[in-house]
Amino acid sequence: MTTPPISRGFRGRGRGADTAARVPPGQHLVSDFPVLSAGPTPPVSLRDWQLGLDDGDSPAGAWTWEQFNALPQTDLTVDIHCVTTWSKLDTTWRGVTIDALLAAAGLAEPPGPFALIHCEGGYTTNVPSEDLVDGKAMIATHFDDEPLDPEHGGPARLLVPHLYFWKSAKWVQRIQFLDSEVPGFWEENGYHIYGDPWREQRYDGD
Amino acid sequence: MTATETPRLAWRTATVRAVIEETPRVRSLVLDVPGWPGHRAGQHVDVRLTSDDGYQAQRSYSIASPPETPDIVLTVERLTDGEVSSYLAGDVRPGDTFELRGPIGGYFVWTAALGGPLFLIGGGSGVVPLMAMLRHRAASASRVPATLLYSSRSEADIIYRAELDRLAGQGDGFRLLHTLTRERPPGWGGLARRIDRAMLSEAGVPPSDNPRIFICGPTPFVETAATQLREIGHAPHLIKTERFGPSGR
Repeated sequence: MTTPPISRGFRGRGRGADTAARVPPGQHLVSDFPVLSAGPTPPVSLRDWQLGLDDGDSPAGAWTWEQFNALPQTDLTVDIHCVTTWSKLDTTWRGVTIDALLAAAGLAEPPGPFALIHCEGGYTTNVPSEDLVDGKAMIATHFDDEPLDPEHGGPARLLVPHLYFWKSAKWVQRIQFLDSEVPGFWEENGYHIYGDPWREQRYDGD
Repeated sequence: MTATETPRLAWRTATVRAVIEETPRVRSLVLDVPGWPGHRAGQHVDVRLTSDDGYQAQRSYSIASPPETPDIVLTVERLTDGEVSSYLAGDVRPGDTFELRGPIGGYFVWTAALGGPLFLIGGGSGVVPLMAMLRHRAASASRVPATLLYSSRSEADIIYRAELDRLAGQGDGFRLLHTLTRERPPGWGGLARRIDRAMLSEAGVPPSDNPRIFICGPTPFVETAATQLREIGHAPHLIKTERFGPSGR
């Protein structure tokens, strides 16, 4: 590896030693919660809201807003990392884990090794099924004890905090389990197929 | 894991060749980037600064230059407390170096071959990737009808003003609409309020024209414009947005 050029006169803020171990390479901490989306924030009506779970092309489970909210709720406090280089520590979420969703659908495990997440407005993202289970991911409806704002993905978004945050897709509608990996929206547009912030997998080829 | 082998986007050394003061808070850096693979209008780069003690900081910036010119131009607004922007839009001078990799992003992109009409809506330094599109349109002699609705705080905050005026004066189908939200000079003939539904309706790009819409600016600006355009009847899939929060850059 070659030595990077020194940017003359650049000091930077440095990092607090207490949090440095929690900030992946190339990331910096923020205290606010920036919004990033590819298009307009869609209006989502709770009356029409539905979450589906598909095994390939076959429906394996579906929940209305009321049915979904009757499922076991989990609180999660996690650090999140956006590919645009901000990280935010100790964010608190509430929702339904994918484990609970699978159980509610009567499934002992994901019916395929890969998942494609479908959202309002046609947005998709792909996540390996093993990254969704064992408490690693949820469908989140609350942030900081408040219902999720529409611009942050409300009423419900996927939360997969150990991957870059574009994988935590907003306005989620359907989780489709598949036998093979299908790249989602950003993954088709130059971003990494997996997106591990600790390995700095930002872009295709990283 | 990748299905097709894509080489990693390499960090390249950028050398500042010239610095252009655009406004009191905004400057453009003209960069030499040996080995630059080329880009499309609307794409961005990641910039990485390294201090003499090895500390590094990394941020994303839109490319302002069109694909047709050999230089890479970044236009950077100095943010209060901006760790990287206060360096790039403050301390940097010709001859300085930093790292850069890209181009990044395949979505918020326009090429002349995509056609139009184009409806560009920029707030503050959100005009940067839109300027790359307009420069590409001019450099490729495209006659695609294009409208830029550009919101600035005051006249002094308008970035690229002279160049935009010149492009708008060429009579080749590019229309320029300025709006100033805070301070207006005496005799200001342009619009004088925040972007709203009426302004978006009256900008002369009706939904029936199926314009390709690109909106870039601070989050509340983009949220408002995108929501109102959808309510006016523009198809959501034709509305592409790029938001930046106070810490997003």
